[in-house]
Amino acid sequence: MNSLIPLLVAVPLAGAALLLLGGRALDRFGHWLGTLAAAGSFGIGLVLFAEMLGRPTDQRPVREFLYSWIPVNGFQADVAFQLDQLSMTFVLLITGVGTLIHVYSTGYMAHDERRRRFFGYLNLFLAAMLLLVLADNYLLLYVGWEGVGLASYLLIGFWQHKPSAATAAKKAFIVNRVGDLGLSIAIMLMFVEFGSFAFGPVFGAADDASEGKLTAIGLMLLLAACGKSAQVPLQSWLGDAMEGPTPVSALIHAATMVTAGVYLITRSSAIFDLAPDAQTAVVAVGTVTLLFGAIVGCAKDDIKKALAGSTMSQIGYMVLAAGLGPIGYVFAIMHLVTHGFFKAGLFLGAGSVMHGMNDEVNMRHYGGLRKYMPVTFATFGLGYLAIIGFPGLSGFFSKDKIIEAAFSKGGTEGWILGLCALVGAAVTAFYMTRVMMMTFFGEKRWQPDPETGEEPHPHESPKVMTLPMVVLAVGSVFAGALFTYGDAFLKWLEPVTGFEEGHPPIPAAAVTVLTTVCMLAGVGLAYTMYGRTRVPVTPPVGSALTRAARRDLLQDDFNHAVLVRPGSALAATLVWFDSRGLDGFVNGLAATIGGVSGRLRRVQTGFVRTYALSMFGGTLVLVATTLLMRSV
Amino acid sequence: MSYLLTATCAVPAAGAVVTAALPAGNSEARRRTTKAVALAVSAATLALTAVVAARFEPGGPRYQLTESHSWIRSFGISFSLGVDGIGAVLVLLTAVLVPLVMLASWHDSDPAPAPEGSFEAKRRTQGFFALILAVEAMVLVSFLATDVFVFYVFFEAMLIPMYFLIGGFGDRAGGPDAGKQRSYAAVKFLLYNLLGGLVMLAAVIGLYVVAADQDLATFDLPTLTNAIADGKLAIDPTAEKALFLGFFFAFAVKAPLWPLHTWLPNAMGESTAGTAVLITAVVDKVGTFAMLRYCLGLFPDASKTFAPAILVLSLIGIVYGALVAIGQKDIKRLVAYASISHFGFIIMGIFALTSQGQTGATLYMVNHGISTAAWMLVAGFLISRRGSRLIADYGGVQKVAPVLAGTFLIGGLATLSLPGMAPFVSEFLVLVGTFSRYPAIGIAATFGIVLAALYALLLYQRTMTGPVKPRMEGMPDLKVRELAVVAPLVALTLLLGVYPKPLTDMVNPAVDATLSQVHQTDPAPAHPVAATTGGEHE
Repeated sequence: MNSLIPLLVAVPLAGAALLLLGGRALDRFGHWLGTLAAAGSFGIGLVLFAEMLGRPTDQRPVREFLYSWIPVNGFQADVAFQLDQLSMTFVLLITGVGTLIHVYSTGYMAHDERRRRFFGYLNLFLAAMLLLVLADNYLLLYVGWEGVGLASYLLIGFWQHKPSAATAAKKAFIVNRVGDLGLSIAIMLMFVEFGSFAFGPVFGAADDASEGKLTAIGLMLLLAACGKSAQVPLQSWLGDAMEGPTPVSALIHAATMVTAGVYLITRSSAIFDLAPDAQTAVVAVGTVTLLFGAIVGCAKDDIKKALAGSTMSQIGYMVLAAGLGPIGYVFAIMHLVTHGFFKAGLFLGAGSVMHGMNDEVNMRHYGGLRKYMPVTFATFGLGYLAIIGFPGLSGFFSKDKIIEAAFSKGGTEGWILGLCALVGAAVTAFYMTRVMMMTFFGEKRWQPDPETGEEPHPHESPKVMTLPMVVLAVGSVFAGALFTYGDAFLKWLEPVTGFEEGHPPIPAAAVTVLTTVCMLAGVGLAYTMYGRTRVPVTPPVGSALTRAARRDLLQDDFNHAVLVRPGSALAATLVWFDSRGLDGFVNGLAATIGGVSGRLRRVQTGFVRTYALSMFGGTLVLVATTLLMRSV
Repeated sequence: MSYLLTATCAVPAAGAVVTAALPAGNSEARRRTTKAVALAVSAATLALTAVVAARFEPGGPRYQLTESHSWIRSFGISFSLGVDGIGAVLVLLTAVLVPLVMLASWHDSDPAPAPEGSFEAKRRTQGFFALILAVEAMVLVSFLATDVFVFYVFFEAMLIPMYFLIGGFGDRAGGPDAGKQRSYAAVKFLLYNLLGGLVMLAAVIGLYVVAADQDLATFDLPTLTNAIADGKLAIDPTAEKALFLGFFFAFAVKAPLWPLHTWLPNAMGESTAGTAVLITAVVDKVGTFAMLRYCLGLFPDASKTFAPAILVLSLIGIVYGALVAIGQKDIKRLVAYASISHFGFIIMGIFALTSQGQTGATLYMVNHGISTAAWMLVAGFLISRRGSRLIADYGGVQKVAPVLAGTFLIGGLATLSLPGMAPFVSEFLVLVGTFSRYPAIGIAATFGIVLAALYALLLYQRTMTGPVKPRMEGMPDLKVRELAVVAPLVALTLLLGVYPKPLTDMVNPAVDATLSQVHQTDPAPAHPVAATTGGEHE
């Protein structure tokens, strides 16, 4: 049965190869081929899952060695897979949501002439993401890690003829590379410390290493996680990534790839548990980002960018939980899965809205759409209730547990984290209600297409698009309750991540009540501002904070001032130095030695050429002489 | 004694002579005959090197298939050849690339419209292909020679055909002063390398004098290195340092190492894309290869002494090359500066003196050859369509020529060492091998991977994406011939990325031997876990 594991990766990889290399002949049915590959991988995942459930807990993790990848003295990298409960969770999420989004895309991309290529990239993404979560060592994980980055690059820039899309794609890749630098260094540190970077050996020996070394490894892993999961300070790419087609935003930039950082930290729990300083850094990053993303989400008028801010913020919750150690890992992953459902659903809903509104993304140009798109409204609405943590829905259970764990951190720190998480919950409710109100309620603010002058005629999307939305809505509603019923999710994951009961300074029930109160406050405020008041078509000037939030809290201005501009200046200076300074010096030297009057251009004239050729002649004579000497 | 290695070198050499002697003429038919003959010769050479690789036993003695033909007895010079694992993979690289370069340059030597009927027009095609074969023959001897003097002669002689290739055959995309620029580039190439060669000649003679002094009047490399390792040949430390620097200088110019690199952008920029690939992917590798074999083998103590300084220079090269690449306006010069950055990695891997570093450096030579060839040759195809090397003249190519754009992206991704592609394996090995001995330098070098992403993706973005620029509409996509060039390179890049073991199996023993010559062992892990080999740990 273990031999099925490589197939999980191989099936979508084969799909990608076929779709990208296959010619036009595949254009007609290529999208279904891609969907079939995704579904096939999901099917294999289900088989493996059923099989895993059939085994006693201690025998659930399995390992499948394929071949020795890079064997060099003392350095052993294998292509080997590990399937344990954590990987299994991801496999089902990736392939399950992935398949739904493939189905959705057959409708969404129906009129794109490069549809086959789009599905090829989606399949490539699935293969890379599965490799990431199935690798049994960090170097192989790295391949998946950058593989998803590549797929993300290709898909963000899918409409490459738009300069903004091409720029966004490049930005995402470069910012992620900065994070990847962290992963590289972490692997090198592990190699020097343990002589290995495979999960089992490293985690087994982590006890022997000094705390300082483990902290360094942990911080480098955190850097990697920041890049992939768009956490502060490497968050700036995610908003721009919304240039990609909306199914991409749903799958890659909401449900799966961006959560890879949370996977990395949870997977490396053996290291983080022994490095409290690194954990503190993780917690800090998560907390800052959950507020940062939420604030940005409040100010955006672009529906996808508002949702992107939300994604950042929700992943901030997960990172915060993962940084709390054994009291948080399980809940980080639980929120990751429920978020996968409702955020993917929300993005698909946004895509459905855009589909019916001439690709309009500005929510100020929406309004009153609930009557025109009832299914989209209902599924989006359920996703909305799930994300704000409406009692009984998925987000309620998973987010509540994280806030409780944050309080349980203990001491002043626990209070700060808990309160920040509570504020975040209120802000989440605010911005999501704002999205909901501006899009589906109020009066129509529809604008004619600026190019064609065509009035929008909002309509419900076809079944291939609404069906995945319905499935995800069902998940958004029930997943949380299902996971917490009898602590099912906890019992499932605990053998891998470990678990400690948290002890919040206030009763758990009080935390739940507080969370709900905060949520209601957020909803109420947003309802007053956007539900009961008319939404202006042109955005009001807004406060300084609003204006800053619209500019993503000045992240790009900061990066430009600190990195891009000095970097470009340095490159320009070096280009000058290379041709005038270094080369000028050498040319001058050569000219002087050559007895030519130090004028650069004379090197280019026949003089020096003759000189050089005569030197050659000399060498030839030398060789000829030695050849002749043989007879001597 | 087998003559396999001699044959491997003699076939392209003879091919060069035959090609040059083919009836000259301007007719299409004659040119086609010339090209077919040259391509057949390079294919035959590839077949011979495949036999060499197949006969090579990774577990066997260091030098295999050895042969020796006495040459200048009075000086202990013999035409000795032998192949070790490092030489073997580089010989393979050379033999694989040359036919592809020929195929890519198929029309580069065709007479330009203007000088019809001139002497140059008549001789161009014969000359171009003969020169390529001559370079191949000399490079092969350099990789296979086990005699210091023989190596020196061919290392130097290589300059002659290269000089004419650079100076005589441009890419027809330069400005009005292209001819002037080209001869400047050729002369600069020649002067730099000649200077390096002359310094090396002095060191070669010096080595002979020192050895002869101790009754070891020979240029035979294994004899010399064994004698040095056994202590039978003791070179005075000061003399050793001087001799080391003499050899190293020549190799550092060839490789090239910062700050001796400035000839490379001119040479690669002005010559044809095929010649540029010959320079950076093949000829320059002789420099890094020679550092491994000659500098470390002959002067182990001096190598260790100078290693930190060389590492700093290579680190500067990595960052500097990448930064200058980012600022380039010319596609081919950008690729050249990217290569300078990559040569920094190769030299760093060699002088980190760890097995990961050196195996990584050797693989790097191969992988850089393949990936840069793909990147540069596609760039050449692009340039030949528009007649400009300026990045600013391009835009939106992916819309009109998606296959060209796609392969160009793959070349760029390989250059930025995307995991899953061959260059990642070698770059990571170099980094980890350097980090284990010099952590600060290793970490600083990782910044190179961010910069590489910048220059590679910026180039792609500026040329291939966005709206279609004027004079770009109707640009044809890759032709069958061009696809035949790129497809094997892409396939190799992917194959060696996921399964580099055939190469590491060959290279590892040679690296062990090199490291034992310099008496270096790898730094041990602080808290080693039980040795893990292929899937044993559970």
